[in-house]
Amino acid sequence: MKRLLLFVAGAAIAALTGVAAHADKIVISNWDGYMPADLLENFTKETGIEAELSVHATNEEIMGKLVASGGKGYDVVFVSAPFAEALGKLGLAAALDHSRIPNLANLYPEASRLAHDMGNRISVPYAWGTTGLCYRSDLIAGEPASWMDLLQPADALKGKTTMLATDRWLLGAGFLATGASINETDPGKIEAAKQLLIAAKKTLLAYDDTTFYSKLVSGEALMVQAWDGWCNYGIAENAAIKYVIPKEGSDLWVDTMVVIEGSASKDAAHAFVNYVLNADVGNWVASNILYKVPNKAAMEALDKALIEQYPNLGMSPADLIKFEAMTDVGETQKLYSRTVSEITAAQ
Amino acid sequence: MPERSRLLDMHLGAVLAFLYVPIAVLMVLSFNRAGLPTAWTGFSVKWYGALAGNGRILGAAWNTLIVAFFSTAIATVLGTLLALGVEQKKPGAAVEATMFAPMIIPDIVLAIALLSFFTALDFTLGLHSIIVSHAVFNIAFVAAVVRARLRNFDWSLVEVSRDLGAGPVTTFRRITLPLIAPAVVAGALLAFTLSVDEFIIAYFTAGAGPGSTTLPMQIYAMIRFGVTPEINAMATIVMGVSFTLVLVAQRANRRLFDV
Amino acid sequence: MRVRVRDWLLMGPGLGWLALFMVVPCALVFANAFFERGTYGGIDYNFTLENFTRAAEPVYATIFLGSARIALMATAIALLVGYPAAFAISRQPARRQMALLVLVMLPFWSNYLIRTYAWMVLLNREGLINKALTGIGAIAEPLALLYNEFAVVTGLVYNYLPFVVLAIYSALQRLDPSLTEASRDLGAGAWTTFARITLPLTAPGIAAGAVFVFVLSIGNFITPDLLGGGRMQMIGNLIYDQFLTARDWPFGAALSFILIAIMMALLFGQAVIAGRVHGQREPAHA
Repeated sequence: MKRLLLFVAGAAIAALTGVAAHADKIVISNWDGYMPADLLENFTKETGIEAELSVHATNEEIMGKLVASGGKGYDVVFVSAPFAEALGKLGLAAALDHSRIPNLANLYPEASRLAHDMGNRISVPYAWGTTGLCYRSDLIAGEPASWMDLLQPADALKGKTTMLATDRWLLGAGFLATGASINETDPGKIEAAKQLLIAAKKTLLAYDDTTFYSKLVSGEALMVQAWDGWCNYGIAENAAIKYVIPKEGSDLWVDTMVVIEGSASKDAAHAFVNYVLNADVGNWVASNILYKVPNKAAMEALDKALIEQYPNLGMSPADLIKFEAMTDVGETQKLYSRTVSEITAAQ
Repeated sequence: MPERSRLLDMHLGAVLAFLYVPIAVLMVLSFNRAGLPTAWTGFSVKWYGALAGNGRILGAAWNTLIVAFFSTAIATVLGTLLALGVEQKKPGAAVEATMFAPMIIPDIVLAIALLSFFTALDFTLGLHSIIVSHAVFNIAFVAAVVRARLRNFDWSLVEVSRDLGAGPVTTFRRITLPLIAPAVVAGALLAFTLSVDEFIIAYFTAGAGPGSTTLPMQIYAMIRFGVTPEINAMATIVMGVSFTLVLVAQRANRRLFDV
Repeated sequence: MRVRVRDWLLMGPGLGWLALFMVVPCALVFANAFFERGTYGGIDYNFTLENFTRAAEPVYATIFLGSARIALMATAIALLVGYPAAFAISRQPARRQMALLVLVMLPFWSNYLIRTYAWMVLLNREGLINKALTGIGAIAEPLALLYNEFAVVTGLVYNYLPFVVLAIYSALQRLDPSLTEASRDLGAGAWTTFARITLPLTAPGIAAGAVFVFVLSIGNFITPDLLGGGRMQMIGNLIYDQFLTARDWPFGAALSFILIAIMMALLFGQAVIAGRVHGQREPAHA
């Protein structure tokens, strides 16, 4: 009897430790194609932690899912800064243990002083950049200099421009053109931007978040509002495509990694974040997805030829932080949503 | 035998052409060497090769089939029974409303409602939660289609069968079911089609991780670069397989199609 | 007594499923309509009717009406195109009919998004249709076929045509051929027979198809987004935006509530009409 008990106990212990050894697995949600295809594989090789990737198409979608489910099932999610801030305020983002992310030292000092999350308490920046005008230099006379070149285009450009469809950037163009803040909360200023944007709709081809660069390549559009990294995809197809930040400025957008509060594998999640911040990994990410990463060690080692081909990759953090960082606007989000409805419903 | 009009046949041909032109476009684009649909740079099957190696798309396609199959199976059974029950007993407004509701509730509302509900019950998420959720609107559609058929149903046949001594199950099996079979099949076809193409409810009620990703979810997420030829290749293969299945089914089971 | 039990046994599982997995979850979400949105998107449990008064504002009423208009156009066109097609199928040799029906439904197993993008390839200014038309000299300048109502309605008709064909074909199938034969024997022409016998008797099928298309069109948000270029706001986008972009579940719930109430009223109206028509034409069954 005793031998049987010992045997069972031994088997149980073996089984449990066997299970524990394989328990390290994290589920990540990111945009498709926003990480090098082999990143997760390399991460597993280096740390032994299994990583599964879920893809989300938009910030709004993954936010909806996290809010409705309390973050169940996810360990690390990639979301833009205002959403990371909201996750923090809603208690869904875990407070980060910096002692488990030594590679934070690789970040530019500016990347730890971002308005949406000072000191990187609940999020770590993954990529950052600007929003500006992406255009066909071979089909347009001169270089666009102002947001008004998009909102009140020259005759040759009428019906050949697109704007971003996501509310913050759609409104952002109007805010910048009227001198308001990217995170404007004053209803009067919002109304002024709205009037400008409703008038601009008449000469606009479409609001497009995804295929605007292929429209540039085909010539269906000649000038589009675009994120700098996206414009690089256009440049890769056609060297005549160029990117410029209008004189009124841009926003500073940041895409971040957030560890979910309800995660059962916080250690493994921290290990993943740390891995991504590694200098070589950061370099590979930037070279692969053609976006700037806030990783000083990585950017300084970036291939100079790449920067020549994609000039916006070479923008320094000192220049970047001149632009206003996008944050969550709290109550005003309702007014933003209503304003966008009015703009898109306008005839 | 009612006459066939040449004009009508031409109209049918035009309708089929209208339905298949975009399909032809996507099939052709799947052979485009270039990654963007903006220019044709030459014929290539490399995207089919890429597809064969793309475990994620293939896995998602398989998940989609599983979800569609099971949710259709559940919905066909429950929906048909529901339709039978409702047509024999005049339903109250509440029952009618419940049966209409899944068709008119906006997808996003149902998606968020189900996810919140599952979370509150601590119900684990995975392919099974998608199946349960898809069955909801599928039941409504199957029931609607079968009900339409039952409107003109001659219930006296059922009575005669019972009078002659057959039990309820036998009557159902040998009288009712064969007579409503086309409607049941149509309902099942409709349910399968709806499930295969549905992604909002699937996205919200799926578990985290690629094990519960369906093809529409995967494609919606990949759309940020526009539709790549790889995706078109996937769609072409799906069409090809479905077409072949239909052809095979028609040859093999002539009786089913002999109305 | 036995009859009642059996009826409940038949309806029970289906209704139970719908009750548990639709009525209860949705009721919980709709309850949010009476509360306020939290600062960062959660719920503040303060009772309020403000969401409903907001929904009555002109901008939202315009969106409701605009969506209804587009959905009606899509429905009308789908019926006009679908009825003759269903009719043509019902006149085919029996063996071909099922195959034709499946052929009609087959494109819908590809993928909604892919089909929509294929339409964008066809309709855009540099797209295939414009290239073909300018190529044969039919037009001088490319037509604006995309990012407008024309494209949205085309997309909706395209996606919901099979449902119309299926519904009308179903109704045509049940038609007693002796009725049309009798009408022709009595001297009525093909058109008169159609207008006065076939059409009224297939009214329930037409109504069912119309309801399918209208209901599915009005809640659609992908087609207006892609084919409409985001230039028009339909109810589907509006509600989607409230839940996901504005993270304003209360207002989204209120809007959905109103939409569903209106649609229920329409559906009941349609059922009554179909019921009355049905009652007039068919002899009463046991």
